[in-house]
Amino acid sequence: MSLFWLILIVLAIAVVGYVLGRARAMSSAGGVRSALHSLPSYYGANVAMKAAVPALLLLIVWLLAQPFYVNSDISAMIPDSAISDGSSRGLVLAEVRRAARGLDNAVAAGAMTEEFARNARADFNDITVRLKEAGQIVTSEITQPVLRAAQRYRVLAAAGNFYMTIAVILVAIVGALWGLRETNAQFRARNTVEKGVRVILIAAASIAILTTIGILLSLVFNTVEFFKLYPAADFFFGLTWSPSFSGRGGSSELGIIPLLWGTFYISFVALAVAVPIGLFAAIYLAEYAGSKVRAVAKPLLEILAGIPTIVYGLFALLTVGPLLLSVFGDNGIGIMKAGTAVMTAGLVMGVMLIPFVSSLSDDIINAVPQAMRDGSYGLGATKSETVKNVILPAALPGIVGAILLAASRAIGETMIVVLGAGAAARLSLNPFEAMTTVTAKIVSQLTGDADFASPVALVAFALGMTLFVVTLGLNIVALYIVRKYREQYD
Amino acid sequence: MNEMPNIEQATDMTETKISANKVQVYYGDTHAIKDVDIEIQPRSVTAFIGPSGCGKSTFLRTINRMNDTIDICRVEGSIRIDGEDIYDPKVDPVQLRAKVGMVFQKPNPFPKSIYDNIAYGPRIHGLARNKAELDDIVSSSLQKAGLWEEVKNRLDEPGTGMSGGQQQRLCIARAIAVSPEVILMDEPCSALDPIATAKVEELIDELRENFTIVIVTHSMQQAARVSQRTAFFHLGILVEEGSTQDIFTNPKDKRTQDYITGRFG
Repeated sequence: MSLFWLILIVLAIAVVGYVLGRARAMSSAGGVRSALHSLPSYYGANVAMKAAVPALLLLIVWLLAQPFYVNSDISAMIPDSAISDGSSRGLVLAEVRRAARGLDNAVAAGAMTEEFARNARADFNDITVRLKEAGQIVTSEITQPVLRAAQRYRVLAAAGNFYMTIAVILVAIVGALWGLRETNAQFRARNTVEKGVRVILIAAASIAILTTIGILLSLVFNTVEFFKLYPAADFFFGLTWSPSFSGRGGSSELGIIPLLWGTFYISFVALAVAVPIGLFAAIYLAEYAGSKVRAVAKPLLEILAGIPTIVYGLFALLTVGPLLLSVFGDNGIGIMKAGTAVMTAGLVMGVMLIPFVSSLSDDIINAVPQAMRDGSYGLGATKSETVKNVILPAALPGIVGAILLAASRAIGETMIVVLGAGAAARLSLNPFEAMTTVTAKIVSQLTGDADFASPVALVAFALGMTLFVVTLGLNIVALYIVRKYREQYD
Repeated sequence: MNEMPNIEQATDMTETKISANKVQVYYGDTHAIKDVDIEIQPRSVTAFIGPSGCGKSTFLRTINRMNDTIDICRVEGSIRIDGEDIYDPKVDPVQLRAKVGMVFQKPNPFPKSIYDNIAYGPRIHGLARNKAELDDIVSSSLQKAGLWEEVKNRLDEPGTGMSGGQQQRLCIARAIAVSPEVILMDEPCSALDPIATAKVEELIDELRENFTIVIVTHSMQQAARVSQRTAFFHLGILVEEGSTQDIFTNPKDKRTQDYITGRFG
């Protein structure tokens, strides 16, 4: 039975439980609604909740746990001798799963019977031929251990699914019966449902937090793996970035310094563009613009934030790059070799960040109480004096927060860099030279035929981890600044 | 400005500091102030009383053109200070506000140190040539506001950390620091407790020596205590204006009488 139908059945049990619970509550009160502790729908919801929630939880846990069990079982069936040189247990297990899926499809297509697919004595050459005839792609000849493991895999998976279906439906029915049994006029269904809602909300919040932890752990494990293959000192202090995809990374030099330099240089240019323009735009919108101008200009500015970054990348590649080249290139000043450069990516990224800075700063400036402005105007200050001496100091923590948020985005930006800044990892002060950033290199290390066991691919996780730590540090600094320099007003 | 204490009784004076003539104020389509004519005497306290929404605060804010900061607000008629029309296009509202200071309903010290709060106005107007002069202005303003003894040892602490009454006196000191001629007070005690209110009222009475003060208040007792002249506003109209004693003991208009005897408002 497919997962879809199983979920549908559980939900159907819940709906039936809802109707029965409601009816039972009404009849237990003799049809008098006011004799019930809660509204009838709460009794129904209580039964439905008890039917659906535990059953679906069990389903999720089972789906997560089953592959672990099956994998460890079939892994034990494969002797070390069956793993050829240059391969790994993981690859053989993947082969087993592919073969099992091939058998499934072949049975479904009628190329072989279920008995034949399960037959332990079947000749693996014959099976390979039949699978190929049935159009199931089999990369190589199926070996004896792989075939046995695949057959075992199918048996375990089928049994697992069968027991899972039984267990889930059973739990749903028991839950519904439990809910129905406690339904009577005195039962506090409303309070129970309230608790249930609370549990569901907590679950949603925990999923978000657990996912973050999961992402972090996956980075950490792979980073540790990388540092086993490549010395950490060379990674953090190496001045050269030249990965060599041949020879399993043996001759690669994977120093992060050129990449970090590129990242910070491009981000710096971007912020140098975005912060003044964004902040001034925000001050104009919040303090000077009339309500009509504001109603038009603010959404227009925010449209900039909705443009996908790849479009900004194209803008950098096709417009800004050639434009800069015509001024600073060989026909002009002569310090720029090609359209892709730190300046190109930085300028375009700055334009991308303007709405972030301006929109957040605008909200923060608007949150400064009118009483502050009145106090300043009442003393004979002009608008710009008021902005400089009263409003900006009062809004400063929020503005610093907005700027650091923009900085985090600049550091994490990828597409504009790939298209606008080039791919050369280089340590240079000239902003008209091509450089690259950490994120762009993560992409290039992991795309293509990456072998996840080599340092050349694993370095991507170390890069990601470094980036994560840097942005985390930025956020902590931002929080510290905001707390320390906050000018309190009420 | 005449720094000499005035020997005459304020109520007997005939000269005029501020004179308003047929003043109309509109908020968009709403006609908030209708045909207000009033003369305000120098070095005295004039109280504006009236029920909520009667336009007394709005009229107060026309005297230093604070209403200019509100988009939809429009003022007609003329207001003269020392004979000069403040709505003349040649008049810079920013300069005007240095001459006509304002204290607001809720204490609104800037989120800066006590010193910087007082020094704010003198700094933007360039009233002090050096640090010593600025120090003098700060200490004399705080002394005039009766706050010096309480804060002289903590001038670098934030002004927002003081009590409500101290904050309001700080705002008065801040207004004094730019040596205005007129101080407008928009319900300066409505957010304060009775003891802080008493201190502020005492201060207003002392400031009368040097400044022309116009105060909007909801409390009729306060108007009776601090002012020499009182104006009663109702529904955007100036109903009656006269010496405080006359208004409270012998009002000419029925509406004034009803209001001060507590029949409405």
